[in-house]
Amino acid sequence: MNRFDYVRAQTVAEAVSAASEPGAAYLAAGTNLLDLMKGGVTRPNRLVDVTHLPDLDRIERLPDGGFRVGALVRNSDLAYDPTFAKAYPSVAEALLSGASAQLRNAATVAGNLMQRTRCPYFYDPASACNKREPGAGCEARGGETRLHAILGWSEHCIATHPSDFCVSLVALDAEVEIAGHEGTRKVSLDAFHRLPGDAPQHESVLTPGELIVALHLPAASAAFADHSRYMKIRDRTSYAFAVVSAAASLRLDHGRIVEGRLALGGVALKPWRAREAEVVLAGAEISETLFRQAADAALVAAKPSGDNAFKIELARRLIVRTLARAAAGTPARMPALPASAFASEKDTLHA
Amino acid sequence: MPDIAYEQARHGSSIGQPLTRRDGFLKVTGGATFAADNRPEGMLHAVLAVSRIAKGRVAHLDVAAAEAHPGVVAVMTPQNAPKLAADPDAKNDPFTFRLDLLQNDRVRYAHQPIAVVIAETLEAATEGAELLAPRYETEAPRIGLDTAEPHKPQAVGAGDKTAATKGDIEAGLAGAARRIEAVYETPAQYHNAMEPHAIVAQWDGDRLTVDTPSQGMTMATMRLAGLFGIDPKNILVRSPFLGGGFGSKGFLSGPQVLGVMAAKLVDRPVKLVLRREQMFGPVGHRAETRQTLRLGADGSGALTALDHHTLTATSSHDDFYEPASALSRYLYAAPTLSTTHSGVRVDTGTPLFMRAPGEASGSAALEAAIDEMAEACGVDPLVFRQMNYAEAEPISDRPFSSKALRECYEQGAARFGWERRSAAPRSMRDEAGRLIGWGVGTALFPALMMQAEARAEIRADGSGVVAIGAHDMGQGAWTALAQIAADGLGLDLDQLDFRSGSSDLPNGGIAGGSAHTATAGSAIHAAAAAVLAQLSDLATNDENSPLFGAGNAGVYASKGRLIRRDDESRSESFTDILARAGRASISASGKGAPDPAARESYAMHAHGAVFAEVSVDPDLGQIRVTRLVGAFAAGRVVNPRLVTSQYYGGMIWGVSFALHENAVVDPRTGRVMNPNLGEYHVPVNADVPSIEAILVEENDPHVNPLGIKGVGEIGITGTAGAIANAVYHATGVRVRKMPITLDKLLG
Repeated sequence: MNRFDYVRAQTVAEAVSAASEPGAAYLAAGTNLLDLMKGGVTRPNRLVDVTHLPDLDRIERLPDGGFRVGALVRNSDLAYDPTFAKAYPSVAEALLSGASAQLRNAATVAGNLMQRTRCPYFYDPASACNKREPGAGCEARGGETRLHAILGWSEHCIATHPSDFCVSLVALDAEVEIAGHEGTRKVSLDAFHRLPGDAPQHESVLTPGELIVALHLPAASAAFADHSRYMKIRDRTSYAFAVVSAAASLRLDHGRIVEGRLALGGVALKPWRAREAEVVLAGAEISETLFRQAADAALVAAKPSGDNAFKIELARRLIVRTLARAAAGTPARMPALPASAFASEKDTLHA
Repeated sequence: MPDIAYEQARHGSSIGQPLTRRDGFLKVTGGATFAADNRPEGMLHAVLAVSRIAKGRVAHLDVAAAEAHPGVVAVMTPQNAPKLAADPDAKNDPFTFRLDLLQNDRVRYAHQPIAVVIAETLEAATEGAELLAPRYETEAPRIGLDTAEPHKPQAVGAGDKTAATKGDIEAGLAGAARRIEAVYETPAQYHNAMEPHAIVAQWDGDRLTVDTPSQGMTMATMRLAGLFGIDPKNILVRSPFLGGGFGSKGFLSGPQVLGVMAAKLVDRPVKLVLRREQMFGPVGHRAETRQTLRLGADGSGALTALDHHTLTATSSHDDFYEPASALSRYLYAAPTLSTTHSGVRVDTGTPLFMRAPGEASGSAALEAAIDEMAEACGVDPLVFRQMNYAEAEPISDRPFSSKALRECYEQGAARFGWERRSAAPRSMRDEAGRLIGWGVGTALFPALMMQAEARAEIRADGSGVVAIGAHDMGQGAWTALAQIAADGLGLDLDQLDFRSGSSDLPNGGIAGGSAHTATAGSAIHAAAAAVLAQLSDLATNDENSPLFGAGNAGVYASKGRLIRRDDESRSESFTDILARAGRASISASGKGAPDPAARESYAMHAHGAVFAEVSVDPDLGQIRVTRLVGAFAAGRVVNPRLVTSQYYGGMIWGVSFALHENAVVDPRTGRVMNPNLGEYHVPVNADVPSIEAILVEENDPHVNPLGIKGVGEIGITGTAGAIANAVYHATGVRVRKMPITLDKLLG
């Protein structure tokens, strides 16, 4: 087999040091990495296992009311943490719409940020891919592109970031706490993932050895809790990546939007914060017309990267629907099919 | 031989009892030994290297690098592959499919095996295969139905006629008051049994033992005997359990044979298991189709013409044509019929039988076309189907051996609540405003019979043995066939030793064509009857037996005793009869086979009606099948629990066909781009919230002595069309290209 070193780090410093070597990769649950290794998509020569690092599996409420979520917290544990889910319900809804129960039970929150695109040309080692092999070209261009990007793509890469969780997080100004040789730093999630440009192999701002140790949700973002929803359109009812997804969070005052947040998933190589739409929403009266204007604003720059123009129209409609669901209010209980168009509830547009 | 105990208490005679599957306990506890679970002493691991190109030749393999990898024992390529006794590219009969067995460097499809690496560990073999780093001479592949001029196949499916017509179709169309013409497309689909193709092969001189999942152990034996030039008697194929087959394990595939060749090359036992993506090429698939349907009806809604043409793809190098038009020969009472096929050759693996081959694709198109015709006539789609009910088989005018389709329509409609359907598209909504659609489809699958043999024995202790090389693919053969065997011998199940799943038992035929229970069951029934006849002779000719002189009235068997028909107070146990005759046991063989006279006189099919409800988000296009009700009539029900389970599985496959399955092929390379179960979608539980199957009573005195028709495939037919029709009813959008995905509904 492809030989690689396995290092079980006992401290963050040890992990950072061990992973600073070229070709090293962090291993947490491995729900994505092991598949990539088995498929010959990535071939790290050193795995630094971080699952034994102390204290990274905690969900902490900070004195200012915000949350610090350890990098190793399992997706399921975060989604079902009642205090967290009450403060950031759209994040819980996004988490529960991802993957399958078995995967959510294993996968970590930092791993969710670090998962790779599901572009089939990235997964197929026989295809040219600038992510796998910089300069090789992008064979997805002109290929099977139904699910590829409509925002922020380049000639060098038209892949999308597959996460649901990140979409809800980026709407709520989440930050990433990163440990490195020089101590820790914090980066907004919006700035964490990079668009492809001419170097799609650089997927995040992490430098060699840097390790995500926690996510931070600001206290101020909990003010959206009463009007926060996530919606995900997919090709089957569960266990599928988003065709398009949206996270919408609103702060309301007597039918008027004080502040709105909107982010999209499945559309770009990063979770896409739609700030142009937020400008439209700020201070405006709730109406379907407003939501359409917001959707149009969010998609001004959208263009198909192949046979996927439908995703632009779908995103437009999904934004309208998700904003309407958010305006109608966060349901008291998590719907039976989280984030689904079939979520059983009575507060949709057509009620 | 697996140790299958009877977990279930018995209640009366076995046939008709809803016994749980006898192998269930073994399966949920991990005790069931599947092929890849075998690990003989000294076993090595073999891993395939497969082609990344679809057409051309392998120009170079870095064999030295692979051989140098620690743990690698051998690399099998065309240079050193064991010589075969027969050309695997020879086509001696329509059911011998050409195999790619490293006889040359030619590449005919993506994922074709190009080398096998054999190593001490799976990991070493896997890395060795990676190190081969093949280089190719690549030619542009031909992919898709428009890539070549269509030709007319010699035959379609399992030797079916390419064309069958009745009357003057053009006159039938010309004389119609209403006509529709529509083109429907279905994509390539791959079987994707949960258990990949796997083999553990061991040679001992010229004796060969293989553990491999097989739907046809005798055929596999004969194929191996031919390829390796050895006596079939020297080959043992063991296949007690399959993790699904769906047709892809009917014929021995190339990779399975390569496992045997690898074992010969290294002279040690070898295990070879396909990776999921390697199942998208060398083990068959359901070919894409483009079906053109032209229908005509008179003013009242009676069909005047049904023209069904299928264009489908086969491989560059072999012949299998999805017989999608064939179903239209049997179903609706059109006075003029035309059912034809044409094919194009493409650079893919050879398509093969896949659950309801032809019927599934054909039904998806036909049932949608029937709906379009009904709408054109202004007739309710269920009523239209009932109006065009065939009282005799349309293509042949033969009477049906039995046909309870009318009851299926009635019972299914009643259970579903069809009478509450509002006719106009987009006219039904749920309380959340989602569009609701109701659709119906007729299900049909031919009631086939294959050939099988069985042996039955009654022993001095009163117990019975029934042996047959039958196949349990998960459908429940261990249970259903044992129920038939117990009843056949007049024993309780716990007095029966039922042996199966191995090629050294009598030839159980093929688990395919939904004919296994009927065929193997008939063989068992015949063998048991022959044993009882011998036992009866012993008793009734013995003046010391209470059955002496039973004569023409005869005897029957129950609970280990023979009983006089004309006087049930007179009986004798099997044990006493054998003891007095001084016999340790008696045995007999029996056969199951089609009855040519009955098949000449009667058309034999199972039927059903499937009702589907879909919910569609009006803006987002997201679709969910919220309810499925299927009513099926398929002769005698051997085990209602297993039969219901088969119908569920078939109907869920129909959901899959209508909404999910789609092998996405990049036409530039010929590679399937979603060769994994993450991206090649099949339904998950959330896609099937409510499913019901109604077992409609049907007695068939002609199909076989037990009156059994098949249930394994019929559930797909009808369902895919019913869902497509429900989507149309919900949305007003007629999607004619499957799968029906949300982008096709956005408008």
